[in-house]
Amino acid sequence: MTRVLVVTSGKGGVGKTTSTAALGAALAQAGENVVVVDFDVGLRNLDLVMGAERRVVYDMINVIQGDAKLAQALIRDKRIDTLSLLPASQTRDKDSLTEEGVTKIIDQLREKFDWVICDSPAGIEKGAMMAMRHADVAVVVTNPEVSSVRDSDRIIGMLDSKTLKAERDERIDKHLLLTRYDPARAARGEMLKTEDVLEILSIPLLGIVPESVDVLNASNLGSPVTLSNPTSPAAKAYFDAARRLRGEQFDLIVPLERKSLMGRLFGRRVA
Amino acid sequence: MNLMALFRRERSAPVARERLQILLAHERMAGSHSDLLNLLREEIVDVIARHIKVDREKVKIKLDRGDEVSTLEIDVEMPAAIPLVKTQGAAA
Repeated sequence: MTRVLVVTSGKGGVGKTTSTAALGAALAQAGENVVVVDFDVGLRNLDLVMGAERRVVYDMINVIQGDAKLAQALIRDKRIDTLSLLPASQTRDKDSLTEEGVTKIIDQLREKFDWVICDSPAGIEKGAMMAMRHADVAVVVTNPEVSSVRDSDRIIGMLDSKTLKAERDERIDKHLLLTRYDPARAARGEMLKTEDVLEILSIPLLGIVPESVDVLNASNLGSPVTLSNPTSPAAKAYFDAARRLRGEQFDLIVPLERKSLMGRLFGRRVA
Repeated sequence: MNLMALFRRERSAPVARERLQILLAHERMAGSHSDLLNLLREEIVDVIARHIKVDREKVKIKLDRGDEVSTLEIDVEMPAAIPLVKTQGAAA
């Protein structure tokens, strides 16, 4: 049965698009048939992060308005053939994202894929609403930082009231993905700890992605981190998150700071 | 201030955690009653208007949220000579 998953956060810049690409790739690498859908009309970036920016011919709005068939707009990944991308329009405005149009596209995608992963734009406006509307599962991407946690709380409230599932009185599966986590700073009491964020938001934890240069390198290269550097801690976190999404249950390990003895002795005192 | 405080770095995460917990408790409440203030305002003005002629614009309702106690403040501005609404009930 196809699952429609929304990657959302409220706040911008927390890692939604990067996480969409990495989770989509990780699921596809596990043999699932995956499509990642960019809902950020006017500010699309999933194509760029996936390295498909030069292959975009038609986009979702073209399909909604009947100018192209869905199959023409879908871009198949060159590295993993079970991974596809449906790009957003860069030139139209968000009003072109109609409820009927989105419903039709999601219904068609459900027939073709195992996973439909919707990359939400930031904010709580129409684009974000459309991205979460059809979701069965939500991944709430949060940074351990006050404004991100507050916005995630707001988004969780919307997932529980504004989605089709919520309107049918069904439960939407919500997972927390903690990104840009710096274990050393959390240990020093400078950054909210995983437990703090979990206690405040009270949804189950899907993974902790450490702040790392590997993630930045991945978007520089236009390749999901699970492909560009599959042995990095960030990629491992995404692989584990994908396994959890597929229903596997196993312990989650909080990344710890690795420090030399000298660093341990003097690291805290040096400003 | 003791000497250790000079060496110990300020820990801001516990402050963040506490501020968030208080803020979100309020925001979640407001989220489920987002129209509460407007509803209260309309109904309170209706009750007052049954007896006194009031200018709806001059009724101010404020909800102040504290850690322990919240206060609902209703401020109705009236002219010096209170203009009563003449009804059969009010004649008593």
